[in-house]
Parts: sequence; C-alpha cells; structure tokens
Amino acid sequence: MARVVVNVMPKPEILDPQGQAVAGALPRLGFAGVREVRQGKHFELDVDDSVDDETLQQIAGTLLANPVIEDWSVTRVADQADGAAE
Amino acid sequence: MSARIGVITFPGTLDDVDAARAVRYAGAEAVPLWHADADLHGVQAVIVPGGFSYGDYLRAGAIARFAPVMTPVIDAAGQGMPVLGICNGFQILCEAGLLPGAMTRNAGLRFICRDLWLRVENPDTAWTSEYQANQRILVPLKSGEGRYVADQRTLDELEGDGRIVFRYDAPAPNGSSRDIAGVSSANGRVVGLMPHPEHAIDPATGPSADGLGLFTSVLTQLVDN
Repeated sequence: MARVVVNVMPKPEILDPQGQAVAGALPRLGFAGVREVRQGKHFELDVDDSVDDETLQQIAGTLLANPVIEDWSVTRVADQADGAAE
Repeated sequence: MSARIGVITFPGTLDDVDAARAVRYAGAEAVPLWHADADLHGVQAVIVPGGFSYGDYLRAGAIARFAPVMTPVIDAAGQGMPVLGICNGFQILCEAGLLPGAMTRNAGLRFICRDLWLRVENPDTAWTSEYQANQRILVPLKSGEGRYVADQRTLDELEGDGRIVFRYDAPAPNGSSRDIAGVSSANGRVVGLMPHPEHAIDPATGPSADGLGLFTSVLTQLVDN
C-alpha cells in the first residue's frame, strides 16, 4: 500500500476570497507580515500498489480537482506495508 | 398528451418541488427523476434544480455530476434534448462539462438571498424563446457559490457566440465574470443560470411571474424521442 497526497489549489488567476479573508484576519490578531494567503484542499489516499501514477492523475483531475478553476499535484509520500504504522 | 419534463432529485436537492410546480404552471407534466435512475422515463426535457446535492461536499455539484441519472442526461443533451440547470443544477452541468466555466465562492464571501433584475441577452435558446432580447426579469438569487468564472478565451468565445444568456445588472453581486448570470451550450439547448426562475412564476408566491417564460419557452422546442 502507498500513501498518496493530492494537493488542490485555486489557479493563480482565480480570486480566492476565502484566502483573502484569512489574510485579512491575521493583522487583526496581531500577526504581521503575511502578504497573501491562498486556501486549497489536501487529500490523503491510501492506495493499493496496483494503482499507477496515470490512474492517480485521472482520480485527481476527474474528481478531486476541477481543472477549470484548480491546479493539483500528486505525490507518493511513502510506501507502507499493510497494517504497519505510518 | 402534454409534454413530459423531467425534474431530477438528488440527496440534498431543495428546489425540485418548485421546479415541478413551474413545469405544471407552464402546462406540462412534471416527471420526477431520481438520482439513482438509469434512464429518463421518456421525458422530452430535463431540469436539474437547485439545492445542496450531496451536501456540496468536495465542490458544489462535483458528486452529483457522477450520479447514475447523469449518464443518460449527458447522452440526451448530446442528442439535443433541452436541459436546464438552476443554481446547484447549473454547477452540476458545469462539472459535467455540458456547460463551460465553473462557480466559485461569492466575491464578498456572503450568501446572497435577494430578488434582482436579470437581462435576457439571448432569446434564441431552447429555454428563452418566449422572451425579447434585453428584456429584464425579476427573479430571486440565493447562493453562496455563485460567482461564475472561466478563462478569458472561453469568456470571449461565449460573448462572441451569443452564449451569455442572462446577465446581472453591473456589478454582479457575487462578482461573476462579465456579470454573467447564465450561459448556454453551443447549440442553445442546454442552459444554466444561478438565479431561480422557478421561484418567480406567480406574484402570489414570488417577486414576479417573470421566470415562467423559461418553462413555457421549452414547450415550443421539444422533439419526440
């Protein structure tokens, strides 16, 4: 089994009002120096070894992300034996 | 025999009842379609109504787009069957690739619920033939993720091809690109919009009867299949 991480982010040209709201809240809490915040999604998938990279890209591009407004990256973070601790 | 218009219900759909009522007001038979249905029960057009299908999990419309009933809807749309997506239905049709673009969180982050004026930009689609060009209609908008976005090239194409069907009075309250409230497929048979014409079919229950025209328009556009 493998642990796969898929990160999904709004494309740079897409307005991210949620990220802007977070960025706007930080100075009010006394945190200075954060110029921009972009908010996205982080998925962790445990997949069988039979799932190849191309399939992972299809999973990300078909369901996890909407290619019209989002970019994504697929990363295999670690192979793990069945039942083993992370 | 009156026309048969299908109205889809997904888990989390809210506006199927009003959409079916609008179909009946227009003089057609409203046929309930369930998300798990594998066929369209012989309907001649389909309405994908508003709500929060599958709790808007992942992205609005992202899960509903893969519901079993969407397979025959996409097939039928490809053969010219009129399909109307309202609000969450519009989001679903975009996710399904039947309409270009996508909806993101409102620019001001607030859920918007109010009656507003739209301009009918294209009266030549299957769902707007009863309107005049530039006619203004008063309908409710109620959405938190209603900001229409697409890349510049797509927006230019939509503009050039007359596929922007409805526009908000500028500036769009949700920040939609080019004040777009609704768009159509290239052949004008599939239309999606964020505001809710099905809530504006009778002054007794809505701000106007201006929305009824979508539901009467399609009755002139049906083909037997």
